Amino acid sequence: MNLAVNIAGVTLKNPVMTASGTFGSGEEFSEFVDLNRLGAVVTKGVANIPWEGNPVPRVAEVYGGMLNAVGLQNPGIDLFMKRDIPFLKKYDTKIIVNVCGKSAKDYCEVVERLADEPVDLLEINISCPNVKEGGIAFGQEAKSVEFITKEVKRYAAQPVIMKLSPNVTDIAEMAKAAEAGGADALSLINTLTGMKIDIQRRKFALANKTGGLSGPAIHPVAVRMVYQAALAVKLPIIGMGGILTAEDAIEMMLAGASAVSVGTANFRNPAATAEILEGIRSYMEEQGISDVKELVGAVEDK
Amino acid sequence: MSEKRREKAVILQNEEICPGIFDMRIRTGEIAGLAKAGQFAALYCKDGSRLLPRPISICEINKEERSLRFVFRVAGKGTKEFSRMKAGMQIDVTGPLGNGFSDRKLDALIVGGGIGIPPMLELSKQLGGKKQIALGYRDALFLYEDFKKYGDVYIATEDGSSGTKGNVLDAIRENGLTADVIYACGPAPMLRALKAYAAEHKMECYVSLEERMACGIGACLGCVCKSKEADAHTNVKNKRICKEGPVFAAKEVEF
Repeated sequence: MNLAVNIAGVTLKNPVMTASGTFGSGEEFSEFVDLNRLGAVVTKGVANIPWEGNPVPRVAEVYGGMLNAVGLQNPGIDLFMKRDIPFLKKYDTKIIVNVCGKSAKDYCEVVERLADEPVDLLEINISCPNVKEGGIAFGQEAKSVEFITKEVKRYAAQPVIMKLSPNVTDIAEMAKAAEAGGADALSLINTLTGMKIDIQRRKFALANKTGGLSGPAIHPVAVRMVYQAALAVKLPIIGMGGILTAEDAIEMMLAGASAVSVGTANFRNPAATAEILEGIRSYMEEQGISDVKELVGAVEDK
Repeated sequence: MSEKRREKAVILQNEEICPGIFDMRIRTGEIAGLAKAGQFAALYCKDGSRLLPRPISICEINKEERSLRFVFRVAGKGTKEFSRMKAGMQIDVTGPLGNGFSDRKLDALIVGGGIGIPPMLELSKQLGGKKQIALGYRDALFLYEDFKKYGDVYIATEDGSSGTKGNVLDAIRENGLTADVIYACGPAPMLRALKAYAAEHKMECYVSLEERMACGIGACLGCVCKSKEADAHTNVKNKRICKEGPVFAAKEVEF
């Protein structure tokens, strides 16, 4: 049985990776799941300098999901290179560094610093709904998606994955813009902007008022968007959004994803990634599928 | 060597000990053996629409029986679900989580307010020095008899039905309680007042903080508090309550 997939020239031993921001750089979860089993670890977003993030409360549960407005708190690229990359290097898994910034210059600075690091792929976060500058500001207009992709590509030594926002009218247009800018792959979807109000206290559940909705509640939206993006571009797609089980992951691959990221599910079950991988294996056995790549985009339209 | 476990525990008993306050005991695999006072565990709902674990403080640890005791308040749908669970049922648990209290042989003033009272019980049992215990309730008392086994207990109730009428600080001041160190858990205003009281009387002060959590293990940065100095892990003036905490030296954090 072949579980390996290829993303922009990088071979992942299997299609299951972690979703940025839910898994740190893997250290905390390594107590619960063998990181060697993962196709890749996608790190929490890192910027050129440390960011303090948003005030608390930063998280709130909602029906079938959660809201977060962490605000991309991160230790900055210096400490990240000194600590997080060497930690991940001990494992037999691919390293995908998620990059965030407030300006094109910030993104490019981080990307440039990573050029000689043992990093396999870069994922550029132009879709965080919880920061005022950067983040989603780059991800909601086709022109700026293309611009930031081009800028990052000028400095990137590794293949570039652009992480797209679902908070747009036409995801296919954004996918095409990233492709036109020279992206090597796409990740989608980031969280959907949401809000929760505590009716007893008449207060917003999050200090930031709005937050990114993730979890099973958004899964059908993610499947639809991955399908539309896959039809629009030739780039490999990493599908994410509410994947809780192997069935969800398989659905995402049938919609057109070459690999999947597991995020919020890690909070419910810290071993979710490994269990999803096992579930994909069982499904392939049951269905007599010898190569996981056969699943990619294999939904039949009649 | 990992010191945390994700397990299916078995509920040994679960009963309401005071209106809205439940006393749940579970048999774990290894979690109880690894746990110490002041740590917490993440309890998971069976209802799949409620994804996130509920961080619940450990009230008592029985290493021989491999059991943990949780005393929790029904505060929302998740804790409502826990309150309805019966003996014999399984519950998913991750733990022990957080740092817990250090146990030193100093004279201690142990302070609990409201649902911050339960985690102080195991500490009261463990501490070696002289123990004065001050507990603040809204009205009905819970765990009072348990605490009496481990030290002199001073009570405050908001309605004045037992002990000092007022909050726990009123009881502490009324009785002139001082010690080498304060250990406390409770609402933020109570903890702030204790921090000031400790400074006034040149006492050390350790507080257990609470915040909305997602992962519970330090990965998601959902639950942080402001710290005086940049934290070694986060590299900013934020500490993770679930990982570096929930117990902090009061002078090192803002709450």
